[in-house]
Amino acid sequence: MNKLDDFNSVQLKTNIPEFIPGDTIRVHVRIKESETKERLQAFEGVVIARKGSGVAETITVRKTSFGVGVERIFPLNATIVDHIDVVKRGRVRRAKLYYLRELRGKAARIRERDTRAQDAAKAAAKTKK
Amino acid sequence: MVNGIIGKKVGMTQIFAPDGTVTPVTVIKAGPCVVVQLKTVSSDGYEAVQLGLVEEKSPKNVNKPMKGHFAKAGLPPTRILREFRLDNGSIAVSVGDKVLVDQFSEDDVVDVIGTSKGRGFAGFIKRHGFHGGRASHGSMFHRAPGSIGASAYPSRVIKGTRMAGHMGVERKTIKNLKVVKVNTDENLLLVKGAIPGPNGAYVLIKKRNVE
Repeated sequence: MNKLDDFNSVQLKTNIPEFIPGDTIRVHVRIKESETKERLQAFEGVVIARKGSGVAETITVRKTSFGVGVERIFPLNATIVDHIDVVKRGRVRRAKLYYLRELRGKAARIRERDTRAQDAAKAAAKTKK
Repeated sequence: MVNGIIGKKVGMTQIFAPDGTVTPVTVIKAGPCVVVQLKTVSSDGYEAVQLGLVEEKSPKNVNKPMKGHFAKAGLPPTRILREFRLDNGSIAVSVGDKVLVDQFSEDDVVDVIGTSKGRGFAGFIKRHGFHGGRASHGSMFHRAPGSIGASAYPSRVIKGTRMAGHMGVERKTIKNLKVVKVNTDENLLLVKGAIPGPNGAYVLIKKRNVE
C-alpha cells in the first residue's frame, strides 16, 4: 500500500483545523462564477458527522436556513473547499449527531465546550518548542 | 509497438481536479516490462510478443525449462509472462526491448483484463442479480430461485439456466476505462473506475484501437 500512500499524501490538505462533531464551523467554498471569476462562499453550520479517513474523509455540515434544515457533505480534501474556520466548540456525547435532524429550535442547540485548559496546554507546548 | 502492458493493481483512491470534481481512480503499477520472446507467423502461426513483468523482487525458484527460456532471451527471469498480439506489419520489436507506461497518455482509452475476486458458492441474487422475495408480511419466499422451468415438457432443466454456484475468480475485461494520469518516473498508471481483482493482483492493460 506504500505506493498508494505516497500518492495520497500529496493530495492531503494541511490547512484543516482541528474540529470534531458538535463544533460549529465555517466552510469557505470556491465557487466559479464565470470562466475567469472565482469567489468564496461560506457555509456555516454544525458538523454532524466525520466519515472516512485520509483523502476520502468527508464532513457533514448542517445549518438551518429560513427555518429549513440544510445539510452539505464536503470531501475534506477536495479543491472546492478553500479553508475552514472553527466558530464554536460544542460539547456532545456522540460521534454522529443525526438526532439533530429531528430537533427544532431551542432543542437543537448544542452546549459549548470549554477548551480553555486544552488551549492553554497547547500554547504552553508551543512556547516550549 | 506493443500496445499493452502488464501491471499490478495497487489500490483505489480519489483525484481532486482544480475545477472541483472528484474522480475515483485505480492506481496500477504498470511495467516496466521486457520482451522475452517474439512469436512469428513462420514459427508459431501468429504474430505476438511475450512480455515479462520486471518486479523489484526477482523470483526465487525458477524451474529448469523456464531458466532455459530466459537464458535464450538473455534476460533475468520474471514471475509473470503474458502474450500480446501484434498487428500485422506493425513496427518491429526485438527481444530485450523495454515496454513502459509512457506508451499511454492522459485521456487514452484502455481495456483492463484481470481475474475477479472469488465469491465462493454464491446464491442467485448475488450471482445473477435476481430480486428474491419479500422479507416480511408472511412471505415464505425469501432468497429461493423460484421456478427453474416447466413441468412435463421439457421434463428437464434447460442448460444454462441461471442458478446458484461458484462466482468470481474469472478472467474479466473492463472495457473503455479512461487514463487519468501517467507517472513515468514511478511506472504508475491511473485509470478512472474500478478494475477486477484484489489489490496486488496482476492485470493486463491494453490500449483500445480508436478508429
